[in-house]
Amino acid sequence: MNKERTLGEILRQQGVSRRGFLKFCATTASLMALPPGMVPTIARALENARRPSVIWLSFQECTGCTESLTRSHAPTIEGLIFDAISLDYHHTLQAAAGSAAEQARESAMKENFGNYLLVVDGSIPLANAGFSTIAGTSNLEILKEVAKGAAAIIAVGTCAAYGGLPHAKPNPTGAVPVSAIISDKPIVNVPGCPPIPVVISGVLTHFLTFGRLPDLDHLGRPLAFYGNNIHDRCYRRPFYERGQFAESFDDEGARKGWCLYKLGCKGPVTYNACATTKWNNGTSFPIESGHGCLGCSEPDFWDMGGFYRALSEPIGLSARTVAGGAIGGAALGAASGLLNRKKKAEALARHEKIGVDELKDGETK
Amino acid sequence: MSFPPLEITRPESGNLKLILHEISHALSELMATGNERSIDLRGIPLAPGEEKKLLESLGEGEIRAELDALGKSRIQESRYSGVWIVTHCNSNGEIMGRFIEITRSPALLAAQTEDMAAGLDALRQLIATGTES
Repeated sequence: MNKERTLGEILRQQGVSRRGFLKFCATTASLMALPPGMVPTIARALENARRPSVIWLSFQECTGCTESLTRSHAPTIEGLIFDAISLDYHHTLQAAAGSAAEQARESAMKENFGNYLLVVDGSIPLANAGFSTIAGTSNLEILKEVAKGAAAIIAVGTCAAYGGLPHAKPNPTGAVPVSAIISDKPIVNVPGCPPIPVVISGVLTHFLTFGRLPDLDHLGRPLAFYGNNIHDRCYRRPFYERGQFAESFDDEGARKGWCLYKLGCKGPVTYNACATTKWNNGTSFPIESGHGCLGCSEPDFWDMGGFYRALSEPIGLSARTVAGGAIGGAALGAASGLLNRKKKAEALARHEKIGVDELKDGETK
Repeated sequence: MSFPPLEITRPESGNLKLILHEISHALSELMATGNERSIDLRGIPLAPGEEKKLLESLGEGEIRAELDALGKSRIQESRYSGVWIVTHCNSNGEIMGRFIEITRSPALLAAQTEDMAAGLDALRQLIATGTES
């Protein structure tokens, strides 16, 4: 397909009417969390946008990120956006294999040097180059080579953004994220395990629409999708405010849809768009299905102390610590008081929230 | 083997009333200044069943239109004149977005200049050759 044609021309050729295009722009504005008033601006920009070349590299990953994207039913916003880009290399999706595939990548890099977008999913092993290779070339080598000519890099999935599961303790492969290796290119992190499909395509849409990458938070994530935490946008938030919590997955609170905070929900410390964008074409999201948020868009979410441990529950402390304090000569009550203060100090040091019960008692200091 | 009836309680986010207030203010502004407003329901946290309740509250008015472009879209006037519910679906009928538009007429209903130009070309071709382009 001719890369010189604009997105508007491509869509018209596919028989998409102006009304269809405006509908596309309205849903695009919605997914980018832009106000509906921005639709005419998006329409003007997308009308004249040209197809960028995209090279997609997959390293230490489970292909869940690609699955997330391709399991969306066409024609969706994602489908249209991927019609609007030139996906020149994606070794899972492309028909070509072996040297022909690598030649496709090399020619795309040469033709579009300095202008192509590099999408990466998966972490990069540093402990041994042989842990993960593509056509005999190590992930580290291929990333450095392709990043040289990229206009920008989009790290898709928590593995590429923060190391993800391969980076979980004890990190046997020495896995690192893209940002640990490439420091001279703009990098957008699109974390999630996997990321929401429209968030992946939303970043590409933003690039097409505005000709630049979106504004990012301190962890390199687009603010449009990661600007709010799950807790603040959760429909169960009012139960949290009222102190109504499910204590187990089959108690009365769970049946009544109360807050899952005490069952380990990581919503209060997780920034993502699940609560509003939702999954499976807007059907629901984990909390709506009765399970707490795992915090999958946050760095090191595998090592956050357990999926079913409440955020306020101190990690690594046991009755033995209390007994140790008592043996030291202090009364048990005093030891418990000291331990509570220690728990709180350690929780604060780990950026954890102070517990609901403590909030109720006014013991936040 | 029989099971006891499952008790399903519907949690409430408390946002339903706020949306109705926002619609009321927007309608008042439309009448006073002509300013149109669109509310993206995807951006508002709603508990399961609350969106349905909102749509029931808005009801159905006199006009109902269907757009067939990149999947169906339903444009439904609510029982409150000037308040429209616009639902965009993909070709599989899955909802891609739902908006409450407070306007005299949703923009998508109007014929678009580009489509009219393409239609005019096709019509002229038909007149000239007897075959549609």
